[in-house]
Amino acid sequence: MSLQAIPMILADKNATFWFPPKASTFAEETDAFFMYIFWISVVFFVLIVAAMCWFCIQYRRRPGYKGDSRALHNNALEITWTVIPTLIVIWIFARGVYGYMDMMTPPPDTIDINVTARKWDWTFQYPNGAIHPELHIPVDRAIRLRMRSEDVLHAFYVPAFRAKSDVVPGRVTVMWFQPILEGSYDLFCAEYCGDQHSEMIKRQGVVVHDQAGYEAWLAEAAKPPTHPVAHGYWLYGRLGCKSCHSVEVDKKIVGPSFAKTYGESFKNTKGETLQFDEEYVRRSVLYPQEQMREGYQNASQMPSFQGKLKENEIIALTAFLQAMKDDAFLEAVQDGDLSQDEAQALGYADEEEAAEEDASEEGTGDTTAGDATTGDEAAADTSGDAGDNN
Amino acid sequence: MSATATSANYSQPDSDNFLINSKGFLSWALTLDHKRIGLMYLIGVMSAFFVAGILALVIRAELMTPGKMFLTNQQYNQVFTLHGAIMVFLFIIPSVPAALGNFLVPIMLGAKDVAFPRLNLGSFYLWVTGAIFFLSAMLWTGLDTGWTFYTPYSTTTSGPVVAATMGVFILGFSSIFTGLNFIVTINTMRPPGMSWFKMPLFLWATYATSIIQVLATPVLGITVLLLAAERVLKIGIFDPQFNGDPVTYQHFFWFYSHPAVYIMILPGMGIISELMSVHSHKSIFGYRFIAYSSIAIALFGFLVWGHHMFTSGMANVTTIIFSALTFTVSIPSAIKVFNWLATMYKGTVQLNTPMCYSLSFIFLFTIGGLTGLWLGALSTDRPLHDTYFVVAHFHYVMVGGTLVGFLGGVFHWWPKMTGKMFSEFWGKISCLLIFIGFNATFLPQFVLGSRGMPRRYARYVEEFQELHQWSTYGAFLLGFGLFVALGVVIHSLMRGRKAPPNPWGGATLEWQCTSPPPYYNFLNPPAVNDPYDYLPLEYRDEERGWEYVRPEAPSVPTSEPEPAKS
Repeated sequence: MSLQAIPMILADKNATFWFPPKASTFAEETDAFFMYIFWISVVFFVLIVAAMCWFCIQYRRRPGYKGDSRALHNNALEITWTVIPTLIVIWIFARGVYGYMDMMTPPPDTIDINVTARKWDWTFQYPNGAIHPELHIPVDRAIRLRMRSEDVLHAFYVPAFRAKSDVVPGRVTVMWFQPILEGSYDLFCAEYCGDQHSEMIKRQGVVVHDQAGYEAWLAEAAKPPTHPVAHGYWLYGRLGCKSCHSVEVDKKIVGPSFAKTYGESFKNTKGETLQFDEEYVRRSVLYPQEQMREGYQNASQMPSFQGKLKENEIIALTAFLQAMKDDAFLEAVQDGDLSQDEAQALGYADEEEAAEEDASEEGTGDTTAGDATTGDEAAADTSGDAGDNN
Repeated sequence: MSATATSANYSQPDSDNFLINSKGFLSWALTLDHKRIGLMYLIGVMSAFFVAGILALVIRAELMTPGKMFLTNQQYNQVFTLHGAIMVFLFIIPSVPAALGNFLVPIMLGAKDVAFPRLNLGSFYLWVTGAIFFLSAMLWTGLDTGWTFYTPYSTTTSGPVVAATMGVFILGFSSIFTGLNFIVTINTMRPPGMSWFKMPLFLWATYATSIIQVLATPVLGITVLLLAAERVLKIGIFDPQFNGDPVTYQHFFWFYSHPAVYIMILPGMGIISELMSVHSHKSIFGYRFIAYSSIAIALFGFLVWGHHMFTSGMANVTTIIFSALTFTVSIPSAIKVFNWLATMYKGTVQLNTPMCYSLSFIFLFTIGGLTGLWLGALSTDRPLHDTYFVVAHFHYVMVGGTLVGFLGGVFHWWPKMTGKMFSEFWGKISCLLIFIGFNATFLPQFVLGSRGMPRRYARYVEEFQELHQWSTYGAFLLGFGLFVALGVVIHSLMRGRKAPPNPWGGATLEWQCTSPPPYYNFLNPPAVNDPYDYLPLEYRDEERGWEYVRPEAPSVPTSEPEPAKS
């Protein structure tokens, strides 16, 4: 996406030798403090190494030189080099606490977003109920994340925000930050979580919009397509299925690939032959441990979606799996995206939906054109973006 | 003016040399001689280091490119787990205390052996058993939990967690018994005249280390037993699926593993205290401050484990208290560095190979210590936690500190242990290569960390590639330097010139017996003097090394007493 590239260039321009872009309110204080400690350390380090080198040269063993072995202790000196470092570390400690308390104390007016971490993907649930695999937030607003893990320890880490917190299973961890720079940033999982730990990243997956862009994106993100195949694919991208099940033939990430599997028969772990049909899809989603395919014994990590999926959503997923038999559809989603055109060509697009989207795009353009100060381009782009994701 | 007093201890027959006084496999396998046990440990820990070092190079090679080089994600995870676990449990923890400590503690005390020689041999075999158990468990199916065994990953992964933790359990006992042995030895076997404050500082460091080993290691045992119970019996303390809490596991684990960091570094500091003094030919500066700071580090070290968990969701007050306690540990470490520097002041510094390693230690350890300031401060730790900044920080302490100190110690006591000198020139070259290679490996990682590169990543985003490549080139240079060091000691064994009893001019007791010592260490109990008094030592030549030159005792008063005034 060409318009996605603009924030990336911005991000590069704002990065320095030591730091990624200063994209949140924490960055100013943390970076300044980092550099203060750096210079304190440099002073001490240079003094120590200079003394070391000087003594090596000045007091080297050589003919005609005799060392003076009487300099054995000096209490004044000992006290000096105990007290001065002590005072310095007290200052460092205090300033660290000051910055930390800011990071721990969210302001009263925040946008609350629920985060679910699982092996090896993130899902974000927005205040209007929209669920999306990327984090989209408005600039200059305090964001509060309520984070849960479905399996093991993960950590939410956005370097550009200088924000990090572990996501502990069995607890709800809360963190907050306030973005100050529009653009898109990387999200990393920073706590080791198994095989695909290093794939649990969202490249440019934290997108900071202006307020209007955020609202437009949010409205769009909440609307699922109505055609069952497109809806199923939409769910596949949002519920974390895609972190374990590929859409390429025979490509095993953790679980079996979804490509060309519907209608096939296969052996389960007990050696019985089963049919991959409507009933099997439904049972696998609700009771994943019941029937496991041979060769996928350690795919026991699959969580149950009982209570998380409605019947019509299971129907949509089934339709999507069925469509995966079709080469044209496989090719369309190979790039990780089902664009409007592709959906239309395959007959999976919903006519009214597409029409409505065109209208809303125009509508957004109109309102922002009226408001001269907000970037209408960003708004139009993001709504187009969300459309693409459908 | 003076008469040469060659110590009576130099006059025993060469056949009493502990290396050859008895022969055959069993004379080594069942030996109770602390020196032979020390050497066997040395070979054991060096083998472990070799294996884990090769794994480190595999990791660095894989990280040359952001994508896949030759390891799958799963293999990468297994390799870094093996690297960390072998380095920590099989190399760093036993390196100085078990290998050098076993050899040196009794000789420095002028004693024949440790207090419990059979227990000592038992510790060695526990170590071997634990090592075999641990390695076979990890290699069998591939352990992928990281050396930290964090729950609930470790309770749900398919790897051989129970077997590996049992290996750790056995290794823990080896560590406890060694610590116990040293505590009793140092308490009860000091020779007459050697008060606590007349002990060589290496013994102070060993004593402080032993206290930690005895007090903290049982907690590791408890932790791994609970972990195994959680995995097998689902008792429900660490796994949220059974109402447990993963953060509880982290408290348990770091309650041992942070003090263990001081098990790793304190003996290294002890070595440096000896080396700085001997090779500067000057008594150690601020003896009491160095001795007390060892004990202070050992005690404070027990109170700071929470700094491994600053982002794990502890209460704010707890986090702030742990931050404050963490800074208290930095002060005794700083005191040591300043005192080592002051030891060189007005000394007679000779840049022998061990001294080069020692100066390298001060340089690298200072960086390791100072970078701890960023991680102890709560706000800067936030972005840096679990990134390459942390990786670089602890490698500066563990490798730049402990490993370099250990190598310095090996070179320093090599003539004593084997009776052979090594090539000074190539020894210094190895030190230089290791120094440059090490910095090239780990300096870029600080920048990687501050730019946001998380640790334990098999793949990474492209903009980190350049720094990763620097780091990889450095790692291969470091590996090459270590091979040169290995070549130096092997060459010394084959071709080395015979070592004098005291090649460096040390004043501690181990330099008063021959190189290598006889199996009984000392023919006569050595005279205890100030361990850092170099005045009566004088350099003869390459063959005789340094010898004691004692001024003749004046037989009559040199001056007439003043007549009483009337």
